[in-house]
Amino acid sequence: MSYFSDIYKGIKTLLTGMSVTGGYFLHARKGAITQEYPDNRETLKMFDRFRGEVVMPHNADNRHYCTGCQSCEIACPNGSIEIIWDRAVDPATGKKKKKIDKHIYHLSMCTMCGLCIEACPTDAIVWAPNFENSVYDRSALTKVLNQPGSSVLDGIED
Amino acid sequence: MTDQQVQNKIKTEEYFINMGPQHPAAHGVLRLILTIDGEIIKNVEPDLGYIHRSIEKMCERDSYQQIVHLTDRMDYLSSHINNEAVCLTVEKGLEIEVSDRVKVIRTIIAELTRIASHCLWWGVMGMDLGALTTYFYAFRDREMINDIFEETCGARLTMNYNIPGGLMFDIHPNFVKRTKDFITHFKTKIPEYNLLLTDNVIFHKRTKGVGIITKEDAISFGVSGPVARGSGFSSDVRKHHPYSAYDRVDFKEILFTEGDTFARYQVRMMELWESVSIIEQLIDNIPEGETKTATKAVIKLPKGEFYQRVETARGELGVYINSTGNKNPYRVKFRSPGFSNLSILNHISKDVMIADLVATMASFDFVIPDIDR
Repeated sequence: MSYFSDIYKGIKTLLTGMSVTGGYFLHARKGAITQEYPDNRETLKMFDRFRGEVVMPHNADNRHYCTGCQSCEIACPNGSIEIIWDRAVDPATGKKKKKIDKHIYHLSMCTMCGLCIEACPTDAIVWAPNFENSVYDRSALTKVLNQPGSSVLDGIED
Repeated sequence: MTDQQVQNKIKTEEYFINMGPQHPAAHGVLRLILTIDGEIIKNVEPDLGYIHRSIEKMCERDSYQQIVHLTDRMDYLSSHINNEAVCLTVEKGLEIEVSDRVKVIRTIIAELTRIASHCLWWGVMGMDLGALTTYFYAFRDREMINDIFEETCGARLTMNYNIPGGLMFDIHPNFVKRTKDFITHFKTKIPEYNLLLTDNVIFHKRTKGVGIITKEDAISFGVSGPVARGSGFSSDVRKHHPYSAYDRVDFKEILFTEGDTFARYQVRMMELWESVSIIEQLIDNIPEGETKTATKAVIKLPKGEFYQRVETARGELGVYINSTGNKNPYRVKFRSPGFSNLSILNHISKDVMIADLVATMASFDFVIPDIDR
């Protein structure tokens, strides 16, 4: 007897479950939940705080905020940031001052933990919402963040 | 099940098969060496180490701020709670008190993480037992939580939002609204979950009476989390040793006494309601205050041992830090819930069918990187 009641209950609960899926089928939501990613590239907007990659903003005169204090290099847990720095004579004061030669960022090693950006005293590096990082050659993921010929903005001290 | 445990009169030769490390019904790279007699399991031997990354050793190399992001990669489904555990331990060592705002925000995000984790588990549990629909419904709702995280923390899974001394930055202005929207949405969806899977007779047949853990076994094997609470072992760290803002919210510890797969399932489904209730109590009155208590740039814990435990979505996570007073810890040990829960698997899987082992494992909600670390 329990055999038939099992069949009855099985079909009944199956229909209960199908009423949920059927409800969604009949009253379909307007518009898609999913995004058609490669086609909506122009309109796709990531959240402001999205951690895509680390970039160093430059102003129109090719100046940046990085003093070469190496706080980010020390804060990085896995050595994704390397700073090659030098000392140059500051024309205003005549003293030797630290300046960056190359701010090297290994995107392939980065875990997006955000500690470098927290550590930066002058906000010289920020997150950029770029997530399309697939490349054919691994070396393309090693980036030099400061642009060629750029220099630190006057008056930025760490 | 009694009819499954009936001894087969015709004995066949015992042999062993590998379940995993790459198996569709195993949640990651867990290799189980099964000794089987026909369809009946005689012995289950877990073979670990396929995703061992020596996180504990790496912690000895890193500073206390840097340890936090490594714990994201342990139990990635409750990454925020892991981060919180490390931060609470370091804060305990430094003897600093974080502001109420930090405590409340940490608790809200931890509960959102728990809902997201249980959602994923619910979808995958259905899928392991042959119901693919649950997966899509669960991921639809989990996506809303991931959006909340992405907007506030910047990442969807490995958030690294906690730092020793508070939070990396304040919550996003949209956080409260989005969370409220999600809660309103989710409260209409849990009954749907129940209609789809909980009340299904086929699901009952697969889970009731399968993989029974007695309360004594649960205690002696060190099982924790929903698995232990399904056996009636009251082990909720949030209730017994409140941390963050859990002492100011009213919630029930869900206990079931059956100890079978279905009881563990019900514990998690009821915990969804409790998490929703905790968030509702806190979301409207997040206190004002600092989001960071200033610490030194180089944190040095005083000489000694520090231990703090938290309740992740899988159970009790303990963080042990042994410091010699340097900027790096001398030894870090994580007592992860998955590892201890795995230890009971052999004990309860003797003389059951292979399909029952899959159901049992689904109810354990293993995250393999949490077991291996």
